[in-house]
Amino acid sequence: MEILEIAIIALIKILIIVVLMLLTVAYLVYFERKISAWAQNRVGPNRVGPAGLLQPFADVLKLLLKEDIVPAVATKSIHTLAPILALIVAFGTYAVIPIGPAIEVFGRKISLVVADVNIGILYTLALTSVGVYAITFSGWSSGSKYSLLGGIRSSAQMISYEISMGFSIAGVVILAESLRPIDIVNAQSGLMWNVFVQPIGFITFVVAAFAEINRLPFDLPEAEPELVGGYHTEYSSMKFAGFFLAEYANMIIASAMIITLYLGGWQIPYIEKLGLPEYAVVALQVAGFFVKMGALLFFIIWVRWSIPRFRYDQLMNLGWKVMFPLSLVNLIWVAVLVMLMN
Amino acid sequence: MAEKKRLKDLTFWQKIYVPEIVKGLSITLGNMFKPSFTMEYPEVKFEPPSSYRGRPVLAMEENGEERCVACGLCSRVCPALAIEVQAGETDREKERYPEKFEINMLRCIFCGFCEEVCPEEAIVMSKQYELAFTNREDAIYGKDKLLTPVSQLQDRIQFLRQYK
Repeated sequence: MEILEIAIIALIKILIIVVLMLLTVAYLVYFERKISAWAQNRVGPNRVGPAGLLQPFADVLKLLLKEDIVPAVATKSIHTLAPILALIVAFGTYAVIPIGPAIEVFGRKISLVVADVNIGILYTLALTSVGVYAITFSGWSSGSKYSLLGGIRSSAQMISYEISMGFSIAGVVILAESLRPIDIVNAQSGLMWNVFVQPIGFITFVVAAFAEINRLPFDLPEAEPELVGGYHTEYSSMKFAGFFLAEYANMIIASAMIITLYLGGWQIPYIEKLGLPEYAVVALQVAGFFVKMGALLFFIIWVRWSIPRFRYDQLMNLGWKVMFPLSLVNLIWVAVLVMLMN
Repeated sequence: MAEKKRLKDLTFWQKIYVPEIVKGLSITLGNMFKPSFTMEYPEVKFEPPSSYRGRPVLAMEENGEERCVACGLCSRVCPALAIEVQAGETDREKERYPEKFEINMLRCIFCGFCEEVCPEEAIVMSKQYELAFTNREDAIYGKDKLLTPVSQLQDRIQFLRQYK
């Protein structure tokens, strides 16, 4: 009975998260186009449905109806595996990120996270690293020089930025003394958000996150002007849509990670002093999480339409000679903080 | 144009890059709140200036006669061989008129030579730019489609008088 209950609750959570993710991804594409249009004094999609709100569904329908072309020289099995892997990784990562505090439903205590894993941070790091394989596989198996270059660039980029990312996270973990995302959020109660405590770590993490999700200014694996479409040059139809979905899902994960690690997760400072009933506080906190997420997603899109792409050597320079030492400085700063506080 | 700078010429703040990023971001943010330049085409149509060369049309006087005297100069000068004129005669004061005047719009390259060479201001480039056909026969415009009252062409005729 107990196991069945847990399974049902977990399934409901998974369902909610997956549906939410898919909807957010669909509308993220819409907002990407809208925001780019606004930044360039255009109107953007406004024909399909009121204000173009049905545009994402039209896009998906179009992609579904397209012919699925696999190049003759491609390694078929890996070519097919790559987008699946990208999607699994993108959706799997979200399992450990909490969107709110524990709530009580029908007398049961339910935490607003799919899997409350005590090594959640390690889990996300591991899964996002697997995400590189999806890109490298697709690059290698397509049998195209552009794809291969994209794949190689992606792996090189990920390796160089994962280091500074890991060290930035280490700073957070030292302060929270836990790898469990919920503990990390709880450690940032009040105004003890990690942005204010370790601003350098925040900057290095954000930059590394941009590089991890292949967004401009670090979208070298795609780099349309030089690599056609980069690693997904040889993909069409739903396989391409898989990569596309994964890219936007990764944006959501990156912003959720930034919120959890640095922006206090679902916490709103001093909300408990307002004397609101408990359910209102929880609702406000969950809403706060989504507001933060929306702001970050807007920021990611905004950056894309403002900053030009880095050259490959500039990217490597920045990763190894600037971001890596900076994250080390941050780690030392956190260590000194911990020493002084004790 | 901004002067090109080398790395050694940059100031410290430009070198650490962050203030420059913020500058760039603020420019795009500022643009987000500016009105858009988009014309939503089927609903809002572009009104070209009088220097615009749209499809060539024949000028028609108020009494319904064509100005054209069928001299055939436009047909001679047309580099794409798009114009075909057949002259006819009448008892009116202006003796010659085009019996047949056809412009093949698939051939026309909108160069405006016909208009430039015309001694009577009879063939004029209009402001119409919506030229779509469903078959090749439709693309050959005869007199029925070409004749346009002079009153609608005053803009262009004034422009030609000034600059030709």
